[in-house]
Amino acid sequence: MSLSRVEVEKVALLSRLRLSDAELDTITADLAKIVGYVDQLAEVSTEGVEPMAHAIEITNVFRDDSSSESLPREEALANAPHHDTRGYLVPAVLGE
Amino acid sequence: MPFFEQSAAEHLRNLETGEVSSVDLTRSYLDRIAALDARVGAFLRVDSEGALRQAAEVDAKRAQRRPVGPLGGLPVAVKDILCERGQPTTCASRILENFRPPYDATVISRLRAADAVLIGRTNLDEFAMGGSTESSAFQVTRNPWDLERTPGGSSGGSAAAVAAGFAPLAIGTDTGGSIRQPAGLCGVVGMKPTYGRVSRYGVVAYASSLDQVGPFGQSVEDVAMLLEAIAGHDPRDATSLNEPVPAYTKEVGLPLANLRVGWVREHFGQGLDADVEAAVRAALGVYESLGATLHEISLPHAKYAVATYYVIAPSEASSNLARYDGVHFGHRTNEKEMLAELAADRKQLETACDRQGLDRLDSALVRMYRRSRSEGFGPEVKRRIMLGTYALSAGYYDAYYLKALKVRRLIRQDFDRAFGQVDLIAGPITPAPAIKIGELAGDPLAMYLLDIYTVSANLAGLPGLCLPCGRSAAGLPIGLQLLAPPLAEARLLRGARMYEQATTWNTTHPEL
Repeated sequence: MSLSRVEVEKVALLSRLRLSDAELDTITADLAKIVGYVDQLAEVSTEGVEPMAHAIEITNVFRDDSSSESLPREEALANAPHHDTRGYLVPAVLGE
Repeated sequence: MPFFEQSAAEHLRNLETGEVSSVDLTRSYLDRIAALDARVGAFLRVDSEGALRQAAEVDAKRAQRRPVGPLGGLPVAVKDILCERGQPTTCASRILENFRPPYDATVISRLRAADAVLIGRTNLDEFAMGGSTESSAFQVTRNPWDLERTPGGSSGGSAAAVAAGFAPLAIGTDTGGSIRQPAGLCGVVGMKPTYGRVSRYGVVAYASSLDQVGPFGQSVEDVAMLLEAIAGHDPRDATSLNEPVPAYTKEVGLPLANLRVGWVREHFGQGLDADVEAAVRAALGVYESLGATLHEISLPHAKYAVATYYVIAPSEASSNLARYDGVHFGHRTNEKEMLAELAADRKQLETACDRQGLDRLDSALVRMYRRSRSEGFGPEVKRRIMLGTYALSAGYYDAYYLKALKVRRLIRQDFDRAFGQVDLIAGPITPAPAIKIGELAGDPLAMYLLDIYTVSANLAGLPGLCLPCGRSAAGLPIGLQLLAPPLAEARLLRGARMYEQATTWNTTHPEL
């Protein structure tokens, strides 16, 4: 399986990363090698095998539907790089 | 015996009899760190003031005959990936350099409740992604046994801290071997409990179906003590197991009768260093001399473990690390520069009448995400995010992610069958002793392949422990890995203690 640079650029966008030309070169080569190695999974017969998403297969963990104290707004916002007293601030999304 | 070679259990006895105070003990460790950690680089931050204050509180409790917790006054080093309220928690990443969590991880709360003294925060591979602690954005950690070599990783700072005598106990996390492997390479004891045994609440997520917190110590008894303090159900972690926690400290000293030890045919194949093979085979001989029986077993899917892991872990990572968006917390790019750059890009495309390029141009928000993340993450984290995004993307999901989940079940079924025949599985922890710093730079796949013996336990959710079992010709530590069925931590500790008692590997220490 070979990965093209165009494909890797697309993955970078999906990953919300921006890579320099040099980074793209390295990572294209690295991913090709790693994916080439991972391709050996194809040789394992998995017919009728249920996928195992979790080590401990517990489902539906319930708790009482009761409210309790939560993080005060001020503390929740304290780590945001850009915020006012009410919420997170981001660059304009509309009107471009 | 110098204080830093004493076990946590010995320190605790001395604290209880009043032979030493927690303040004096803590100060001794702090002095040793101040004198020697410049050479090792185990700690990202040392909290002298906070540690001495906690130690004084424990001493006061003892003086007033108030109840003292099970770790009463013992210094504990913590991997910088567990949230501590108001304190930096960086994951050795630029993106979290200025992050201060608004709450404690459950493990931190339990350490406080047990009266541990939180002495400092240890280095790691960025976001726990790596096996050598070299991907830390901040510093290199060196192996106390040979300063030219890595301590392993990703919990390399915690392992090195215990090996160097900077703390009697330390906390790490293990997603694909990140406790057991550095323990083996630094000649200390490290344990990954059953998935769900210890709460993950407040532990910065790497791969959520694999991540587990666990203890480091100089002895099996110490590891049992620390595990007992941190294990148990936590309603704040939906994957935490609602099972009682056995008294590991009481059980650890009881030898196992009629012990059946399995060794895995596939573990002794090509690529295993001769010194490592000899040490592990000798360890199997020790078990035999203790009355255990040895059984050859097969884990037919073991050879697919690395491939399976490097699909599942990066996939989960790519999803988990999507939260670092420069909005809620963490690094954000310079907005003015970002907008100026975007305007320049637009102008260039307009001048060239490149309609396609203009259609594809990032919005300001997307450009902000992309610049923030690219500035904040290091190369290994970017590589794993890219790999995971690729494996989960349209057209590849079935071939990679879904396929890996199916092979994961086959790996688990191999273990279920094996544990029908044996009580414990014993084997190597790494193909070879610690690598030199920079030895595998630029060859990520070669680095991943070193995880061959460790990732299976995470995929299957099993508890595993590594303890020293020898030295290479060059004098480097060699680790023995023991694996047990889910929730059989007590058996694992007892089996490990039997071996430890019959050998002297944990009585020698590196000279710094």
